[in-house]
Amino acid sequence: MLKGKKVQTVALILSMVVGMVIAACLAPAAAPASTTAEEPAAPVAQTDAKSTLDIVKERGKIICVGNAVLPGFGFLDEAGVFTGFDVDYCKALAAAIFGDATKAEIRATTASERFTVLQSGEADVLIRNTTDTMSRETDLGMNFAPTTFYDGQGIMVHKDSSIVTLQDLNGASICVQTGTTTELNLADQMAAAGVSYEPVVFETADEVTTAYEEGRCDAWTTDKSGLVSRQTVMADPSAHEIMNVTLSKEPLGPAVRHGDDQWYDLVTWVVYATFTAEEMGITSANVDTFMDTEDPNIMKLLGLEGEFCSKVGLANDCFVQVIKQVGNYGEIYNKNLGPDTVFNLPRGLNSLYTEGGLLYAPPIR
Amino acid sequence: MQKIAASQATPPFYRDERVLGVISQIVVVGLVVGLLGYFYNNMISALREQLGVAIDYGFLRSTAGFDIGEGLIEYSRASTYLQALVVGLLNTFQVAVLGIFFATLLGVLIGVMRLSTNFLVNRIAAVYIDIFRNIPLLLLLIFWAQAVFFKLPRVQEAIIFPGPTFLSNRGMAIPWGVPTESWPTYRIVLIVGLILAYVVARLLKEQGKRTGRMPLLTLWFLVTFVGVAIVGWFALPQPLTLTTPELVGFNTQGGRVFSQQFMALVSGLIIYTAAFIAETVRAGIQSVSKGQREAATALGLTPFQTLRLIIFPQALRVIIPPLTSQYLNLTKNSSLAIAVGYPDLFAVGSTTLNQTGRAIEVFSLIMGVYLFFSLTTSFFMNIYNQRIKLVER
Repeated sequence: MLKGKKVQTVALILSMVVGMVIAACLAPAAAPASTTAEEPAAPVAQTDAKSTLDIVKERGKIICVGNAVLPGFGFLDEAGVFTGFDVDYCKALAAAIFGDATKAEIRATTASERFTVLQSGEADVLIRNTTDTMSRETDLGMNFAPTTFYDGQGIMVHKDSSIVTLQDLNGASICVQTGTTTELNLADQMAAAGVSYEPVVFETADEVTTAYEEGRCDAWTTDKSGLVSRQTVMADPSAHEIMNVTLSKEPLGPAVRHGDDQWYDLVTWVVYATFTAEEMGITSANVDTFMDTEDPNIMKLLGLEGEFCSKVGLANDCFVQVIKQVGNYGEIYNKNLGPDTVFNLPRGLNSLYTEGGLLYAPPIR
Repeated sequence: MQKIAASQATPPFYRDERVLGVISQIVVVGLVVGLLGYFYNNMISALREQLGVAIDYGFLRSTAGFDIGEGLIEYSRASTYLQALVVGLLNTFQVAVLGIFFATLLGVLIGVMRLSTNFLVNRIAAVYIDIFRNIPLLLLLIFWAQAVFFKLPRVQEAIIFPGPTFLSNRGMAIPWGVPTESWPTYRIVLIVGLILAYVVARLLKEQGKRTGRMPLLTLWFLVTFVGVAIVGWFALPQPLTLTTPELVGFNTQGGRVFSQQFMALVSGLIIYTAAFIAETVRAGIQSVSKGQREAATALGLTPFQTLRLIIFPQALRVIIPPLTSQYLNLTKNSSLAIAVGYPDLFAVGSTTLNQTGRAIEVFSLIMGVYLFFSLTTSFFMNIYNQRIKLVER
């Protein structure tokens, strides 16, 4: 009996050793932490030979993390088609990479899943009304491309509640969605204003608005564009109003993983191209008429002079495809959020710098 | 025969069953350990190389920055992530304890009803079990939250029961005692009362054994305890003051509020788990042989006495192990709280995860806590199981 025990112990130890050996053999080339710490990222690129662009090209389509429940930005309609402002930016990337805007796939997530889905490589880019913050860039390992939509956090209340200022909300219940910057801003602003409130936190936007509409909460908060958007799908949109209070800055834009600079450049400059196109008055309708232009700036944008697109690994007419198939910034905005839509959001900060807004693209040269 | 076998049976080691057995076990364990090691290495290197981050629990000490709707301890946005997680942990604990207590009461009741000879009682229990055992818990929770509690009147038109107790779609506010300075002393008095009551009951039991006339132990226990409690209450300057809820502005203030989220979660969990417990109880009771009941009846015991003294103690032996599983399930199922907006450990954990991006750290903590809860529960249930187990001679 004793002997059996001994044999078992020896066997166990032996098998552990074997296990460790196997683990060591299987382990990816990563050396112990102490040695890699001194080496720069260069060997990483070698072991990790495939860049995001290669993976996307090989797959034949780009996968964007998106929203399915925010009309105007990302919404899955009755026909099973994604539409919206963020969706159009995903299409713009597809147009730039493949010359075909239909090669974009939206991977709809909740607010809390979105970063993990991008981090794990399940998607290539995150375009889901996501606020650029310092901690998201540093702690979460994100790189944010230029802001595509300057937003601010607002609060919606029932029209008959006679709430006007933050102080009026003292003692109120406020519904909020988890995994958003709005949750933090609310806490900060209410603490600063010395107002006590009861936060009621839900996982999805649908649950938040249901709770609010049923009167569980006196108010609910998210980005102002989100409030406007969700108001249109409420049972009685006229029974609610958005307070004239802005809690925070919410610059929304596409984000990519740390570690692939070429991919980051690509996303960044596709966004800039939509700004530049609007600035130069180039739209999807008239882009073909510019093909014989003599203006060097326009020639550079349209790939008629220089090799700008090819520097991020694309065909030289990549921006032409973006403009032709999706449009310039103004077109994308108006199509999804502009005066002809139910939202009718004024451009405000989201105008070109020449018109008093914040959209300012560095030159292509 | 033996000899021949021995001389012939020294095969080479690669055909020796014992050696092969040991080797195959080494290989299997080795592969498992190797695979786990590979996954771990892969994770670490992916984190470091792709995202430039390493596993680090230091974030627990930084400021959380978000508010939590309800909790048992003091918490504000300036507290740390660790404190936030503790708030969530205590909320989970509260739900689990209340859930287990009431699910057991309801489950035993339904289980006994299920065996009733009264057709109506029996059918009601059967329908209850069949309905609630076969609906997914998440659906049940959302049903309670959105179709029942949301549909209660708004807080301005709350139903007011005498007391006063306010019932609205914000939750239930009831009158509640608030501790004064003498409360800590009174708490000690209560503990002393409890010990005294136990001692009294114990002494009476000894006496009962000697004289053969067993007094009503539970009654004496309660009389002693309540006696001490009353004397203490008047001896000290009022350890608790009563606050009653009233409607101020948007919400009720004062008293104790059980939020709509809490009630939706706990009632959903109780109703769901009770259906399973009822089946466990029914099976346990049916496992006691018919002869026991007949013998009890022959001795002149009433049906209730039969159930309490003969059937139940024996049924418990069958009931306890599966009951433990149900308790564990209830605790783990409470992590669905996020669906109804209740800030339990998982809900607070996912907020923390979102704000910090520390998926592996946060999830390892949450898993560790649930594992601890489950192991503790089964530890105590196992002790209880040992005590009631049939003593074999």
